[in-house]
Amino acid sequence: MGLLTTVDYQNIFTRVQVRGPDDLGIPIAKGIYERGTKTSHNYWFGKLGDAQVGPVYLGVYGLLSIACGIIAFEIIGLNMWASVNWDPVQFVRQLFWLGLEPPLAKHGLNPFIPLNEGGWFLMTGFFFTASVLFWWARTYTRARALGMGTHVPWAFAAAIWLMLVLGFIRPIAMGCWCEAVPYGIFPHLDWVQAFSIRYGNLHYNPFHAFSIVFLYGSVLLFAMHAGTILAVTRYGGEREIEQIVDRGTASERAALFWRWTMGFNASMESIHRWAWWFAVLTPITGGIGILLTGTVVDNWFLWAQHYGFAPSYPAVNPPVVDPSLLPGAR
Amino acid sequence: MSMHTILSKRSGLVAGLAVGFGLLLAGCQQNPPEATQQNGYRGVALEQVQSPKRLAALAEVNQASEVIPPGDRTGPRAAQAYQNVKVLGDLSETEFTRIMVAMTSWVAPGGVSGSDEGQGCSYCHNLNNMADESKYQYKTARRMLQMTREINSNWTNHVGATGVTCYTCHRGNPIPTQTWFTGAGHPKNLADAGGWIGANNGQNLAGKFVGRASLPADPFTPLIQFAETIRVTGQTALPTGKHEQIAVAERTNALMNHMSESLGVNCTFCHNSRAFGEWKDAPPQRVNAYHGIRMLRDVNANYLAPLNTTYPATKLGPEGDAAKAFCATCHQGVQKPLNGAPMLSDYPELGKPRP
Repeated sequence: MGLLTTVDYQNIFTRVQVRGPDDLGIPIAKGIYERGTKTSHNYWFGKLGDAQVGPVYLGVYGLLSIACGIIAFEIIGLNMWASVNWDPVQFVRQLFWLGLEPPLAKHGLNPFIPLNEGGWFLMTGFFFTASVLFWWARTYTRARALGMGTHVPWAFAAAIWLMLVLGFIRPIAMGCWCEAVPYGIFPHLDWVQAFSIRYGNLHYNPFHAFSIVFLYGSVLLFAMHAGTILAVTRYGGEREIEQIVDRGTASERAALFWRWTMGFNASMESIHRWAWWFAVLTPITGGIGILLTGTVVDNWFLWAQHYGFAPSYPAVNPPVVDPSLLPGAR
Repeated sequence: MSMHTILSKRSGLVAGLAVGFGLLLAGCQQNPPEATQQNGYRGVALEQVQSPKRLAALAEVNQASEVIPPGDRTGPRAAQAYQNVKVLGDLSETEFTRIMVAMTSWVAPGGVSGSDEGQGCSYCHNLNNMADESKYQYKTARRMLQMTREINSNWTNHVGATGVTCYTCHRGNPIPTQTWFTGAGHPKNLADAGGWIGANNGQNLAGKFVGRASLPADPFTPLIQFAETIRVTGQTALPTGKHEQIAVAERTNALMNHMSESLGVNCTFCHNSRAFGEWKDAPPQRVNAYHGIRMLRDVNANYLAPLNTTYPATKLGPEGDAAKAFCATCHQGVQKPLNGAPMLSDYPELGKPRP
């Protein structure tokens, strides 16, 4: 037993840092330009993860993504600042309230509209989307360059799907850019609430329900898996890949723990498939739910009652009638 | 360093973190705790959350005024006894005087501080000629009396038998403390300037009257002065072609925030928790609120807004409009204005005109 096996993990911080020679990774084919070889070490990064910083690969996709992202960020920020008449104090005080609203309803799907009536919003949407897609291309090409699978880019694509449904696909299906989500902290939250009220309570949208199941399921799986691995690190359990190929005592104990407690266990490999699918299905099902709202279903509560998905409860109050339906209503 | 020292150091750190976290949580605790009352079927979140501390703080402003003993109803009518009586002419002379005295204490007991507009009777009247119409307050008061009688006789589906008097809104102030102007709720210097950048569509600032949300700050002009669309929820399970935009839903949401704040109630005071648009299973209070919205449209459009030509320019809002009423004007934070004190039964003179 050497020094390393006495290291224990009881905090979220790594308490012992091992410094070896810089790790430049595997040899890869020559890219657009030579991969950076600069590395350094940071003690505080080492507290949270690996202390080595770099080499970093930016590349064309990375540069384009950052450039487009900055443009979108600036358009949003300058519009927010302009909306408080360039008052720096109000900009900070009201920052969480400030927003950039989608185009006015009268413009429909017209892409060429006055800047202050939604033109800025459309420009932001273009550059923001471009930025995200370039970043996706970067994750894909870098994964391929390393000979990895493309699980990370496809998981990222699942999130991009939800983003595109909210800001691009659904507005087109509804025939109006005004259906898009505003940019801004509280503005986008208020939008979510108004959206749910407008469509008769999104909680009765079964795809919203699926999305919540996968979201909470992801959290549960994450806690179970992380807890299991941390619990067997004293037997080398954090070296998961070795344990997949050559099952060791950490794996045996972890598996037996779950068979004891729930009669069944995931394997060292399958738990990661469970986690990956639960995670990607959260935005995929969520995106389907949003896309159906307004296009296919106008009131989820009424829809759910029709299909017996929303129960009826015994009346507690005396029945009331919509006063606008009574004679003499004003 | 011995193992023992390391352990005690670590325990100290853990204890310190635990205490710090505890204090952080204690800071979030409402004091005193809020009381929750169930008012619907179990498990469907139909409940009211009330803060006893908040209600106690509102008790003072919601005290009813002292009632002046009722006067003799017989004798000559005010219309014959006095000149230029156009609204309360059907009262007896004693009743008329009683209302005038009450109005003085309700509206202008001390006048407007720092102004030469007069106080007591002289706030509205030229003391040398009580029938003189020259003061704008005189003309306003006459219109307000007509409004009060309209509310008490034609809006009983909102005010019930409780009714309203001047005091319901004024509470001893010449101008009620809770009123709104068009475009209100946003600081004046931050009003949307138009131009080519920074449009906020009248929202996206902490709206003063809409629960400090980033929702439209003035849902009142379209919804309780004019009668624009307030119902936004889809009426059928499947789309029918008629479509309300999300921005319209945000406007309704803003008005509902105001209503909730003004009455100190949750959404489910009036709404079925599962579907806000549904009347089935909605608490009966929603019917009352429905009529309240229509009452405000009548009051604002027919009585308050047209007074912009009567008021001096200094009393007008940034857009040259007159001060108008919303839920908070009467309710002032509680479910029933003045906590339900009967107003009309003490002052029946302000009800339907007697033949």
